[in-house]
Amino acid sequence: MRIRRRGLLGTAAAATALGGWPGAGQAQAAPIRIGVLTDMSGPYRDLTGPSSLAGARQAAEEFAAATGMAVEVIAGDHQNKPDVGVNIARQWFDRDGVDMIADLPNSAVALAVAQVAREKNKAVVGSGVGSTAFTGAQCSPNSVQFTYDTYMLAKGTGDALVKQGADSWYFVTADYAFGHALQADTARFVEAAGGKVLGAARYPFPATTDFSSFLLGAQAARPKVIGFANAGADLVNCIKQAREFGLARQGVKFACLLMTVVDTLSLGLPEAQGLLMTESFYWDLNPRTRAFAERVRGRLQGRIVNASCAGNYGGTLHYLKAVQSLGVARARASGLEVVERMKAMPCDDDAFGAGTIRQDGRKLTPGYLFQVKTPAESTGPFDLHKVIATTPADQAARPLAEGGCPFVKI
Amino acid sequence: MDDLFGIPAPLLFGQLLLGLINGAFYAMLSLGLAVIFGLLNIVNMAHGAQFMMGAFAAWMLLNWLGIGYWAALLLAPIIVGITGIILEKAFISRLYKLDHLYGLLLTFGLALIIEGVFRNEFGSSGLPYRIPAELSGAWDLGFMFMPVYRGWVVIAALILCLATWLIIEKTRLGAYLRAATENAALVQAFGVNVPRMVTLTYGFGVALAAVGGVLAAPIYSVNPQMGSNLIIVVFAVVVIGGMGSILGSILTGFALGIVEGLTKVFWPEASATVIFVIMAIVLLARPAGLFGRA
Repeated sequence: MRIRRRGLLGTAAAATALGGWPGAGQAQAAPIRIGVLTDMSGPYRDLTGPSSLAGARQAAEEFAAATGMAVEVIAGDHQNKPDVGVNIARQWFDRDGVDMIADLPNSAVALAVAQVAREKNKAVVGSGVGSTAFTGAQCSPNSVQFTYDTYMLAKGTGDALVKQGADSWYFVTADYAFGHALQADTARFVEAAGGKVLGAARYPFPATTDFSSFLLGAQAARPKVIGFANAGADLVNCIKQAREFGLARQGVKFACLLMTVVDTLSLGLPEAQGLLMTESFYWDLNPRTRAFAERVRGRLQGRIVNASCAGNYGGTLHYLKAVQSLGVARARASGLEVVERMKAMPCDDDAFGAGTIRQDGRKLTPGYLFQVKTPAESTGPFDLHKVIATTPADQAARPLAEGGCPFVKI
Repeated sequence: MDDLFGIPAPLLFGQLLLGLINGAFYAMLSLGLAVIFGLLNIVNMAHGAQFMMGAFAAWMLLNWLGIGYWAALLLAPIIVGITGIILEKAFISRLYKLDHLYGLLLTFGLALIIEGVFRNEFGSSGLPYRIPAELSGAWDLGFMFMPVYRGWVVIAALILCLATWLIIEKTRLGAYLRAATENAALVQAFGVNVPRMVTLTYGFGVALAAVGGVLAAPIYSVNPQMGSNLIIVVFAVVVIGGMGSILGSILTGFALGIVEGLTKVFWPEASATVIFVIMAIVLLARPAGLFGRA
């Protein structure tokens, strides 16, 4: 008999796949596959990418060790392009047997991939998705939004600051959909809490590197708070330049509407001290978050344990619990059923503690208003933030009725 | 308080001054581009990446070797200039006989590779670099707070631009360079080593970009993309000033900084576009640029 090379390889692969599960059928033998679709090479790499992957891998490994279920985690780079993301998702679902896609920073990619997952009846646990449309007008019964959304950021920062007396605001806003949405959401909370919006400077995105003109314009309006409706390098440039022009010394507060621990590290404590921002996770919140950070640290190659890492950990762990409760074969057959089970079961993990997932797919979790510590307060390279206010889980998410998600019944 | 065109006068003066500061960066970067294009006929698309390398070199010198800002201002351009010389020797020197397009594509590709390598090594979110202690603080000018460091940037840029212009227009070395661009064979016949001179010129142009990077490090986020946002505007400056015109690029750099600053007061959303509108008008009226020779 002539043995062809391809045939031989195929047999070997099948033997390996079946090896651990003697007598088991193919459906049971194949592990649950999770694809972390994220930004590995672009502007959100430091925020998500390898940190997100580490979180998902940690959850898969812990769960596999505890239950014996076979779980595999693979990663893909969507390059912040919806077409690239959709292509990878289709390939994962059709050829590679992926059951759930996690992370999805960049809302445009997330919304496109969620449609593919719905069409193929797979699950999406969007831990990196920020847009409220994901659980609003464009919601999908196959999707969960785990870590945060822009509503939480706007409310956590806008509402809390006005209540502390910082009631007149001026915005410096990136002139595109994301910046406008962040400004509009925050302005709503500021006004609802009795504050006043004095004006806004919209700067061209992404062509601006010098913000001093806009900052001076803001200063001339004499607000108590300057709200930065931007992110990443733009935000870092704004803060550096606002310090340079002495705005903070004149008593103006800075509210960063989308800032993370990674930006704090990038600015350095001397520049970042005193800044205010909202996130749903910080590694040093309580004994459980510290224990989680301790366990996952080895996978991060010196990076800080951030909200993306935690969100992918919590989201993946809860997904796996739902898969186990449903049975692997049924879970593999229907992503919709797994997501429904995820909504029916209470969440509990070390990163976020106890919580629930709402009908529209939004995980309910508290929003913490953090302040960056001064260099004197900080005791180590990752000792960066302290909590100064907390928005309870049921108030941190947009009310269900306001979202406009078609399948939600109230 | 007096109003000018409906804008409070202090705000207007402040914006003019800021425009001048930004103009200093435009002038410094477009100067390097003009030198390289004028003398080598290469459209150096890697200029933004080399500006970024200057900032990163300053960061590495500080964090890895403990070398501070002032020494970095000298060392970083030398280091980055040497990498430029290597690039010129290995790649760019092969393209002088071909159309401009080849040089443009090569340097554009190099820029993408350099930025990709830095993003892989240092991530995308930026690194901190403090303003040196001697230059921190601000002067209260009455109508605005003027950071000392920004004043230093304008002075440094002016000195650098003036020195470069003097070298190229008024010295014997500059005369050789200008002659070599007119007729390389003839200058070589007089015993001048033209290829070496061209290599060093590219290195010098790259070093100018790196000085800009070191000056920018304390006020802009030090990240791999920091040059790519700036480089398009700088190209527009060079085109408006006249490709290859040294004086043209310096004057246009400062002037456009001021125009942009004023646009930020009257119509912030258009501030990124105004330079390109001016470029289109200049190209229609004077295709060789304001200071270029047709």
